[in-house]
Amino acid sequence: MSASQNRRKLRADTITLAHGSGGKAMRDLIEDVFVGGFDNALLSQLEDQARFSLNDLAAHGDRLAMTTDCYVVDPLFFPGGDIGKLAVTGTVNDLAVGGAKPLYLSCGMIIEEGFAVEDLRRIVASMKATADAAGVAIVTGDTKVVHKGAADKLFINTAGVGVIAQGVDIGAQRAQPGDVILINGHVGDHGAAIVDARGDMALENTIETDCQPLNAMIADMLQACADIHCMRDATRGGIATVLNEFAENSQVGIRLDEAALPVRDEVRGMCEILGLDPLYLANEGKVVAIVPADAADTILHTMRQHTAGQHSAVIGEVVADNPGRVILQTGFGGERIVDMLVGEQLPRIC
Amino acid sequence: MKYVDEFRDPQKARTLIDNIRALKPALAADSAQPLQLMEFCGGHTHTIFRYGIEQMLPDWIELVHGPGCPVCVLPMGRVDDCVTLAERPDVIFTTFGDAMRVPGSKKSLLQAKADGADIRMVYSPLDALNLARKHPDRQVIFFALGFETTMPSTALTVLQAETEGIDNFSLFCNHITTVPTIKAILDSPDMRIDGFLAPGHVSMVVGEQPFEFVAHSYDKPIVITGFEPLDILQSIWMVLKQLAEKRCEVENQYARIVPSDGNTPGLEAMSKVFELREFFEWRGLGSIDHSGVKMRDEYARFDAERKFAVPNIKIADPKSCQCGEVLKGVIRPWQCKVFGSACTPETPMGALMVSTEGACAAYYNFGNLPELLAKREQLNKESVA
Repeated sequence: MSASQNRRKLRADTITLAHGSGGKAMRDLIEDVFVGGFDNALLSQLEDQARFSLNDLAAHGDRLAMTTDCYVVDPLFFPGGDIGKLAVTGTVNDLAVGGAKPLYLSCGMIIEEGFAVEDLRRIVASMKATADAAGVAIVTGDTKVVHKGAADKLFINTAGVGVIAQGVDIGAQRAQPGDVILINGHVGDHGAAIVDARGDMALENTIETDCQPLNAMIADMLQACADIHCMRDATRGGIATVLNEFAENSQVGIRLDEAALPVRDEVRGMCEILGLDPLYLANEGKVVAIVPADAADTILHTMRQHTAGQHSAVIGEVVADNPGRVILQTGFGGERIVDMLVGEQLPRIC
Repeated sequence: MKYVDEFRDPQKARTLIDNIRALKPALAADSAQPLQLMEFCGGHTHTIFRYGIEQMLPDWIELVHGPGCPVCVLPMGRVDDCVTLAERPDVIFTTFGDAMRVPGSKKSLLQAKADGADIRMVYSPLDALNLARKHPDRQVIFFALGFETTMPSTALTVLQAETEGIDNFSLFCNHITTVPTIKAILDSPDMRIDGFLAPGHVSMVVGEQPFEFVAHSYDKPIVITGFEPLDILQSIWMVLKQLAEKRCEVENQYARIVPSDGNTPGLEAMSKVFELREFFEWRGLGSIDHSGVKMRDEYARFDAERKFAVPNIKIADPKSCQCGEVLKGVIRPWQCKVFGSACTPETPMGALMVSTEGACAAYYNFGNLPELLAKREQLNKESVA
């Protein structure tokens, strides 16, 4: 009889405090939903920790990379994704933009009592599918159930471990005048999709999140040029925030060309209505890369071969003037400074 | 994108800039004493900074960013009143998004929300009315603010509530009026503005007539202006052309939206529900006669000020704050003593740092801060010497 046939089954429709109490109900939940759902040899051993061989890790490079992120998005399901897909993608991408090959993820869940088991299964299945697509395994985890009102439905934390190949050295302080700035497609899709999915605006067309793992594309970019200077995924705070971080850490100026910036019409439309700026909208599958000018064409070509990078574009350059500042050449012909955001972007009154 | 990109065409912008430059010989202007044009409306200020229009203009034109950002000019005491209302356990307090961040003397609505008040962001007063329908056991208050642009929608919402007999809905009315405010600016002794861009969306409601006095009593050209960057450039050109031809008229650049006699049903709804206050307090400008509206007695039951005990506290602007002088074009935002140091968008002291439509916040966010502060330093040295 195989291990999967021996697994306990969860028969409840909703999660109760009993599922977090350490008893039989909790084992039903873990074995059926998580071990069954994530389905890999390391997790199935059900030890208190996942164990992996150092030699296997060393085959991929000479440095470990580790990261963690918490996911509290509302709503849990939105066009093009859900909190589970986001939780895997976000951590995979945080590793990948450091030049690491992502390998293993952990998954911590904080569940509000009363949460539907069916939704939990859907989210776990989405995590598994995303992990498979990214070539990583979810190898350890933890579950807590809290009283009604102590959490908003479901919070997920994932941590990830990856390995950085020898010779790769990506850092926010490495941008140099003359470097070229690349992005792998349309900006602001995720932020706009979340506003849209909350339903307050009742817009006719649906905006899909760009939530996608970037590790395969980034691996090929590093194949094309190991000397990529800076790379970050432009999540909260949008590309404006990432570019300001690069400008500040490298003490260089950054010139952005508004006309070259890919923004979907439906995202622009929403921003026009609400008075939001796509430069500050969140993305969940966009990497901003600063690369040496002589390698820019090759890297751009490589990015465009990937589904995640079909709409890649050169959006600006690094300059010596105005160190620490990001300056946007507006499509209209003027210039303005793009600063870090203060607080949250709020819709304008009129 | 249709109906958007046409109004942002860089080629047309260059042509307009050339046309503006071509008017120079006919105008008495130089870079030492530039011509001052005031855009009254915060929406215009936003466009000017978003598209970098100031840098495109020749240095003999100076744009003065007026008081038309309703969020900015809201006095601290009124925000405190909002917080008091919002913190009542029986109340759902509803507001437009950008009013959430305006600081009161103790806290903003954003902070009150974090402390547990039931404050909800809405996109329209009708959203607030919907909440009132959904929660008959709660009192839903809509924080009504804005110039004439937003007045018809709140007035119509009150009329709708009356028709449906929804009695758990009320307004905290902070609507303000444009004309008395422009007049107050024109009457101030240190003002030297040469022409005005009139607010497009206010004009869509009130029409052209209310601005006649600017041209006829004060001899200043005024052009009703749209909100796209080409609208702004074209209107600047139209004001300058009036100045060059020594004309003072109300012209309507935004005729695609603004009918010359405004929005009659909107005006009717407004006058049914609202009447002028004797005076209203503005952040930065102080008290201005007839510059606000309140609800008429017939609608008292929809008036949060009468329905609940609103403390109506007056709180003076900080002394070091020079918003009033900035608003009148006497000094530039970066020349204010506290700009960028004690007063920043994170910790705004004055009205104009509060919202992104405020002139100071716009300079802080979109301008070259180190350069501006160095310029202020230089000016201070010169004035000491």
